[in-house]
Amino acid sequence: MATRWRLPVSIGAATLAAPAHAHLVETGFGAFYDGIAHLGATPADLLLVIAVALLAGQRGTQAARWTLFVLPAAWLVGGLLGARFPVGSTLPVLTTLTFGAAGLLVALNARLHGAAIVVFAMVAGAAHGYVNGASLEPAGASLLGLAGVVTAVVCLLAILSAQVTTLRAGWTLVVVRVAGSWIAAAGLLMLGWLLRPVR
Amino acid sequence: MTLEAFGRRVGAAVALALVLSPVAAFGHQEVGQAAGLLAGLSHPVSGLDHVLAMIAVGLWGAVLGPPAIWVLPVAFPMVMAFGGLMGLLGFPLPGVEIGIAVSAVVLGALVLAEVRPPLWLAALIVAFFAIFHGHAHGRELPQGTSALLYSLGFVVATGLLHAFGILLGVAHRWAAGRRLVQLAGGGVALAGLFFLWRAVA
Repeated sequence: MATRWRLPVSIGAATLAAPAHAHLVETGFGAFYDGIAHLGATPADLLLVIAVALLAGQRGTQAARWTLFVLPAAWLVGGLLGARFPVGSTLPVLTTLTFGAAGLLVALNARLHGAAIVVFAMVAGAAHGYVNGASLEPAGASLLGLAGVVTAVVCLLAILSAQVTTLRAGWTLVVVRVAGSWIAAAGLLMLGWLLRPVR
Repeated sequence: MTLEAFGRRVGAAVALALVLSPVAAFGHQEVGQAAGLLAGLSHPVSGLDHVLAMIAVGLWGAVLGPPAIWVLPVAFPMVMAFGGLMGLLGFPLPGVEIGIAVSAVVLGALVLAEVRPPLWLAALIVAFFAIFHGHAHGRELPQGTSALLYSLGFVVATGLLHAFGILLGVAHRWAAGRRLVQLAGGGVALAGLFFLWRAVA
């Protein structure tokens, strides 16, 4: 290439560079750890896992055990589907509705049947996993990143739901319900931000 | 350095700057997370009227005792957020500032007089005022911050103000503490009157 063309071509290429469509948290330890960090840096996912853990813990060990299996599995399946068939949107209304609903159920101390909690965890996990898969793939994290996310989900869910199942004192159960009401309230406000008319 | 060489260097520097500045990043993670959470946490404590009313909710819960002591802090954030949702969706609510001031007057007076209505009525009174607080404060998202973390910070700070009121209200168990709690309620009511005067003036 002639020297006189190098500069304009470089500037043109830089100016027309394709937008970066995703940015993962880069831990410097690789895609798996980036995936683990991703959960902590994505509030909607984090709130869902916390709310589902509280919900399952409220309903006892049996529900918590099933949820510990179902939520990460659904997350993984959803993630694989998202990576294979991605959509352009991150479906924020859907993910807000899921964690908001989970928070509301915790706040109400809803006496749901264990199967209902498992179904809820399956649907919510698949939805959040789908969004994860659809967004991690373009960022180059691929399956290893998704595995990191799912691992983080398992760890957080196991620790939190196990703790809640052991709670006996009245005030500690109230704290769980208050946490649920905070999550539900944040979901309601977030829904308002998402649905507010453009001014 | 010749003019041509200088031009090449400037051109190279511009090209490098453009390369290092991507056009846009459309990542799905929330942006402005730290700023959003901190802004949300600090927002409720930036207005004294809101602070006093929230503490009064906790105080009244402590005066009422169980189950109100935990029903009110569980119900209030959700109803307040519902008020915020109404505001964000554009539902008009007249006299928001007056409603907030009146909430301080009424809640403070209820603590002062140690009024103990049935639980449903207490929850209804608190929920009614929560709508005004949510409507007024839920709409003020600073630019460049995460809406979700701002909302969460806002809710958590409000909840912590309730908790502070409940902790103060623990003193209600003792005779001297009972007078102190009543005094605090009276102070909230007086401050509410001041805010009311300012709102209507």
